[in-house]
Amino acid sequence: MSLSRRDFLKIMGGTTAAFAFPSLVLQGCKKALEKAAERTQVIWIQAQSCSGCSVSLLNKMDPDIVSVITEYISLNYHQTVMAGTGHTAISVLEEAVKKNRKDFVLIVEGSIPTKDDTYCTIGEMDGRIIGAREWIERLGENAKALVAVGTCATFGGIPGGEPRDGSGNPTGAVGLAQIMKGKTVLNVPGCPPHPDWMVGTLLHVLLKGMPKLDEYNRPLMYYGTTVHEKCERLSYYKSGIFAKHWGDEGCLYEVGCLGMDSCCDIPSRKWLGGVNSCTGCGAGCIGCTEDVFPDFGRRGVFKHLTAKNEKLIRQEHRAPFFNYRNGGVVHG
Amino acid sequence: MAKILIDPITRIEGHLSIEIDVENGKVVDAKSIGDMFRGFEKIFRGRNPLDANQLSQRICGVCPISHGVASSKCLEDAFGIKPNNNGRVLRNLMLAANYLQSHILHFYHLAALDYVDITALLKYKGGDSKINRLKAWVENEVNTKKGRIDAITAGGPFLPRYEGDFYIKDVDTNIDAIAGYVKALEMRMRAHKMVASIGGRAPHAIGLVPGGVTQVPTRSMIREYKKHIGDMLDFVNDVYMNHVIAVAKAFEDYFKIGKYSNFLAYGLFEQDAEEKKYLLQRGVVSESKLTAFDPEKVREQVRYSRYSSGSNLHPYEGQTDPQPGKGGAYTWLKAPRYDGKPMEVGPLARVVVSYLSENAAVKKEVDTLLGKFNAELSAVFSTLGRHAARAIECKIILQEARGWLDELEVNGKPRSTFDMPENGEGMGLTEAPRGALGHWIVMKDRKIANYQCVVPTTWFCGPRDDNGVRGPVEQALIGTPISDPKNPIEAARVVRSFDPCIACAVHVVEGDREIGTFRVC
Repeated sequence: MSLSRRDFLKIMGGTTAAFAFPSLVLQGCKKALEKAAERTQVIWIQAQSCSGCSVSLLNKMDPDIVSVITEYISLNYHQTVMAGTGHTAISVLEEAVKKNRKDFVLIVEGSIPTKDDTYCTIGEMDGRIIGAREWIERLGENAKALVAVGTCATFGGIPGGEPRDGSGNPTGAVGLAQIMKGKTVLNVPGCPPHPDWMVGTLLHVLLKGMPKLDEYNRPLMYYGTTVHEKCERLSYYKSGIFAKHWGDEGCLYEVGCLGMDSCCDIPSRKWLGGVNSCTGCGAGCIGCTEDVFPDFGRRGVFKHLTAKNEKLIRQEHRAPFFNYRNGGVVHG
Repeated sequence: MAKILIDPITRIEGHLSIEIDVENGKVVDAKSIGDMFRGFEKIFRGRNPLDANQLSQRICGVCPISHGVASSKCLEDAFGIKPNNNGRVLRNLMLAANYLQSHILHFYHLAALDYVDITALLKYKGGDSKINRLKAWVENEVNTKKGRIDAITAGGPFLPRYEGDFYIKDVDTNIDAIAGYVKALEMRMRAHKMVASIGGRAPHAIGLVPGGVTQVPTRSMIREYKKHIGDMLDFVNDVYMNHVIAVAKAFEDYFKIGKYSNFLAYGLFEQDAEEKKYLLQRGVVSESKLTAFDPEKVREQVRYSRYSSGSNLHPYEGQTDPQPGKGGAYTWLKAPRYDGKPMEVGPLARVVVSYLSENAAVKKEVDTLLGKFNAELSAVFSTLGRHAARAIECKIILQEARGWLDELEVNGKPRSTFDMPENGEGMGLTEAPRGALGHWIVMKDRKIANYQCVVPTTWFCGPRDDNGVRGPVEQALIGTPISDPKNPIEAARVVRSFDPCIACAVHVVEGDREIGTFRVC
């Protein structure tokens, strides 16, 4: 594998990375690269997922996905892209489990059901159908790094949402960190996560070790600021111009944008190489990188447009997010 | 007789396995097994109806736009509004772009590895840098791993695979197809750029809302879109179509394998505000006879599904209580039936329904293709027919989409406005790339009282029904020759041609008849 410093910066996501990596760190990069000359094995398990994270991964640019899987990593198991079917596919997992291999990174996409293993099963071993949870526990034990991609795998996401009738989550879906207690799980949330976040985080682990993390184990280089701070519409907010409906001119706060309470760099990074962003298209942020998505207590995603009392909404400006985290009911 | 369990079926969306019984080299019985359950719709209940639009897209990461559109439509029905012209056109454009993304992804990145031999790269002599990069990679994999080939280190994700005399032999065809594989990655990404330019991002567009979309159409957006459409049309005509034909020529048997002939389509791309005229028509085909679609005839049966709830219910009244250990049940999918019959949905269903509805564009494309193989219409009711139908659909969509851009009012409002009523109910029917998709909602006190989706993969990957009649995939598998029971690639080819999406198929909510009954159409 050959990778110049410039390339490395590019992978990590352009200018953002320049701030995240002091030059001293980068000097050590070359050595790390030589060490990593043999591409790192990656086992990517999908549990209760929609494959959205994988589809998002295919949108990787600079380097493109072909480079990623031929030059940087060796994607040994990934249900949606691998050639193998049935036992030829499962032989990869079997090999890793039975020989106690430790030379791979485990990436998990989708939440993991804990109420009953039959809620998600992947293949069979020794004539027994194996649940996603069992694979993940056995592989995770030995993996040299654990990465959860997408909000389902990090925090439970929508499959881990609470039904409002109080009946409890149907499948007991949880994130990877709750299955692998006591191990460090690197979280790359987002629904879906930006491909730069996934590849950048992975390569950082492979080449430079753990990136700096926030309290939710998210890499600070991507999740270090709120959407609001980077928003294209920030100047509207500062001048007090608020959109009344989706797509209108102005700050989208009153439409229900959760940009103040959610951390990621989408407004500056944008999707698909600069085409558009969540706030840019006029819909607003839905807070998909946060652990409380999609419940936000009982607030939900699009609260404001249906609120009955507009006055209440106005008073709510910059309501502390921690209310939502604690399951508090917010006005409106 | 040999019993073979193929678990997991990879290169599809989600967790599916297939159990086949093989006798004298042919499949004599088959079971389609959905291996994942999330309980999505149960989680929807009690939430803000507007949230359904975002949450339902997360049912599937490959066709989120279709779910978003179905959800918007059912909310519009409940609110008593229609999208304005800009909203309708922009939504169609987004849906069209996601069709291209999904179909290209399916043919090249999901299905092609069943036919194309990636090791042919070693014989490549040309100068294409991308292909050479891949070639260097394959060489490196082969050389450095020599003598210590074990499953976890050899050439993932392209190896291991089913080994045998299964793949195309002609080196040039293989290399050309591999070049197509790489090019298609770029083209499907461009399709996603088209989605994102209207929907904010892709997958899981954020800008789909009841009444239309949030993105105001700008001149630069339209210009970019036109450029993408032109390039994609070139790709479909010059590359995609040719590869489908190359695969068909090399595997002509597959016009006779994976047969099924009952079809259902809800109609795709409304061409007018009243939603009466479609680009691809609505209808039901049984034994090559076309009839009109009547939603009252839809039932879901659960005798062989892991649910304790009642069977043979209309989706409006559908119940879904998971029962993991249910005796005799083998899947998380229900068995939907139309007028008591299992129905295939998807690109082939849309093409056949449109063909029999005298759709000129579809007729022309299908007849041209049939002419190349000197075949009857019934030949397309097959594994290869499904792949061909996707390519034909891409071509027709692209030819039309350019004209839609001219209908847009630049910088005009992209949606109609709405007042959310306290109570209401609604239905939204559309087509996902994989087939007929419907969402239903009951609203009470501006909250979701009941939300129900009936999705394509449930239609074709569902299990036996209450009478023991097999689902479409199960029926299509019967008679499939299996040359090597240890490497049953033929069965995998048949299943993949349907493009199953299991995350979609296992949806489910508990219906509650007390809250409200759905009214159909």
